[in-house]
Amino acid sequence: MGKAFQYSGQVIVYAAIAAFIGYFASRPIYHQFPEGHAQIKLSFAHGAARAKECRRLTSQEIAKLPPNERRPNTCERARIAMHVQLDLDGKIIYDARLEPTGLAGDGPARAYQKFAVMPGPHKLIARLRDSRDTNEFDYETHHEVVLEPGQNLAVDFKSDAGGFIFR
Amino acid sequence: MEIIRASLRSLFDRAERGLGLFFPPHWNPMLNLGALGFYFYWIITVSGIYVYIFFDTGVTQAYSSVEYMTHDQWYAAGVMRSLHRYASDGLILVMLLHIAREFALDRYRGVRWFSWVTGVPVLVMVYAAGITGYWLVWDRLAQYVAIVSTEWLDRLPIFGEPIARNFLSPASLESRFFTLMVFMHIAVPLIALIMLWVHLRRVSKPRINPPRGLAIGALASMLVLSLVHPALSQGPADLARVPGAVGLDWFYLPLYPLLETWPGPVTWGGAATLMLMFCVIPWLPPLRKPPVAKVDLANCNGCMRCFNDCPYNAISMHMRSDGLPFEREAVVDPSFCVSCGICAGACPTATPFRRASELVSGIDLPDMTVAQLREEVELAQTKLKGNARILVFGCDHGVSLKGSENGTVCSVALRCIGQLPPSFIDYVLSKRLADGVVLTGCAENSCHARYGTQWTDARLARERDPMLRARVPRERIRVLWAGRSGRGQLDALLTRFANDLAAMPADASPVHKSAEREASKELIDG
Repeated sequence: MGKAFQYSGQVIVYAAIAAFIGYFASRPIYHQFPEGHAQIKLSFAHGAARAKECRRLTSQEIAKLPPNERRPNTCERARIAMHVQLDLDGKIIYDARLEPTGLAGDGPARAYQKFAVMPGPHKLIARLRDSRDTNEFDYETHHEVVLEPGQNLAVDFKSDAGGFIFR
Repeated sequence: MEIIRASLRSLFDRAERGLGLFFPPHWNPMLNLGALGFYFYWIITVSGIYVYIFFDTGVTQAYSSVEYMTHDQWYAAGVMRSLHRYASDGLILVMLLHIAREFALDRYRGVRWFSWVTGVPVLVMVYAAGITGYWLVWDRLAQYVAIVSTEWLDRLPIFGEPIARNFLSPASLESRFFTLMVFMHIAVPLIALIMLWVHLRRVSKPRINPPRGLAIGALASMLVLSLVHPALSQGPADLARVPGAVGLDWFYLPLYPLLETWPGPVTWGGAATLMLMFCVIPWLPPLRKPPVAKVDLANCNGCMRCFNDCPYNAISMHMRSDGLPFEREAVVDPSFCVSCGICAGACPTATPFRRASELVSGIDLPDMTVAQLREEVELAQTKLKGNARILVFGCDHGVSLKGSENGTVCSVALRCIGQLPPSFIDYVLSKRLADGVVLTGCAENSCHARYGTQWTDARLARERDPMLRARVPRERIRVLWAGRSGRGQLDALLTRFANDLAAMPADASPVHKSAEREASKELIDG
């Protein structure tokens, strides 16, 4: 077999491999989100109230503790579950009871949800209950927004900022 | 498992044959996958260092610095960026083919478990390095990769606050995050390089550099691709928008659509199962290993030929322990030995001419000794008739010798063609046990025991000890490295060779009355 044939064949093989790599390095295009929709992303981490109220230790209980661990109060580690609702245009699209994380159930509860919605004007109400002994929501925030196609609206929560934050 | 292996092997055989039409065996890409992987790694390293000079690790600067490279300095940093990316894709391609081929050729069980298992973390690290690289560009694809990766990690219930919250909105992202990514993108490949060193610990003379012709071809093709179809960013990342349509790199990110849509237990369970499968597959089922090579100190003069030829570092040379006046002795590590017999083929005492004393080689396979081999040769040749009698030495991993035998052709099978001491060819021809000898085995550059065909070629060419004696008529020897699928080639070669032998003058037959005496001299000379 002639050298010319061999070298031509090699060029074709290299070109085919390069074309294969070049194409699959970025094609075919993947559509990961429905076209023409917008997204609402609800995400936060928040620690709810402790399952039991902290109480004062008695003087006998304090005396029993090692000197370097003596303290006036004691608190149960476990936290209660949190109740979260997201209302979109009068329809509840998310309603969840979020358990605390951690082996001892003392970590923050986590929320991370995405919703594909139609663009346009929307009324959102986010509610959260993180306290004991009540059936009322501790936080409720109303927000009106006009969503564009492809827009991502983040719904965060920070108790020290007063509740839900829409951005 | 055997069915899967056989099907894959058949595919690889065809691919090797197809590429063999255009590439000489030592340039065949399919026979240099591991070396090509290393080569791509070095291209990635060099291009990565150049790109890093211009890269900025700020939230907004990352994208603009990559854009500067791609458009303003397209002739240098832009080409390097493309080269970096396409060589990374090439690395994945050759790495996956390398894994599939080693599996197909059953080169992952027995002693070879070590290279297989240590390759698993390399695979994971190459993917991790590539994925972190995509984040750094901070375009829409990077945004998608970052979000899906962190959402997937968050499905493990070990993080207090979701990592994906880092990408919740533009306000939540910090430049320090890019610094971390750059660190990972550099550190992970360096750790992978250390693992690659471990990966090759149990193979001697690993081929980590492709032959020059292949290296030039691979680099040229990647360069041309970089110039013709440069790697481009997909628009700046914007956390206030959803990256709806993305051009995924399907070499690195083919599972991302599944990570995004399938439940966490399924994806994490699937990933864990896949990794576990990769790690335990060398024992599914375990390879039934024949007895390992054994040293007979009474016949070992510590010449080191077996040590030099062993493809798996299974032989080491120790200080003499039996009082004989030699400096060293060979010692076999059973956990490294694959029982290929290449050591026996290298031993100067493994000569069939020995008659005065019992034929015991300095190193040999206990279940397939040189003495047994001589008996087999002598028995096989009794079936031959005519003036074009051919004895074929084949190996267990080359063309099956069954069916090739007839009145003029007989065969003897070996573990590896490298197990054959060259003196056997001299023995067969000088004793007129046959008129011609054919050596056949795995395809060139693709020996199951790594170096059997290469050492045999070198021994026949008198370039490596033990050499084939100069007096042996080369026209009565044929060599065919055709692999398992070379049946047609072998049959054609046998037909042609029989005609050639029949046409040779009878007095050309290598009858040497002093052959035995000379061979004994060779033995003494070592």
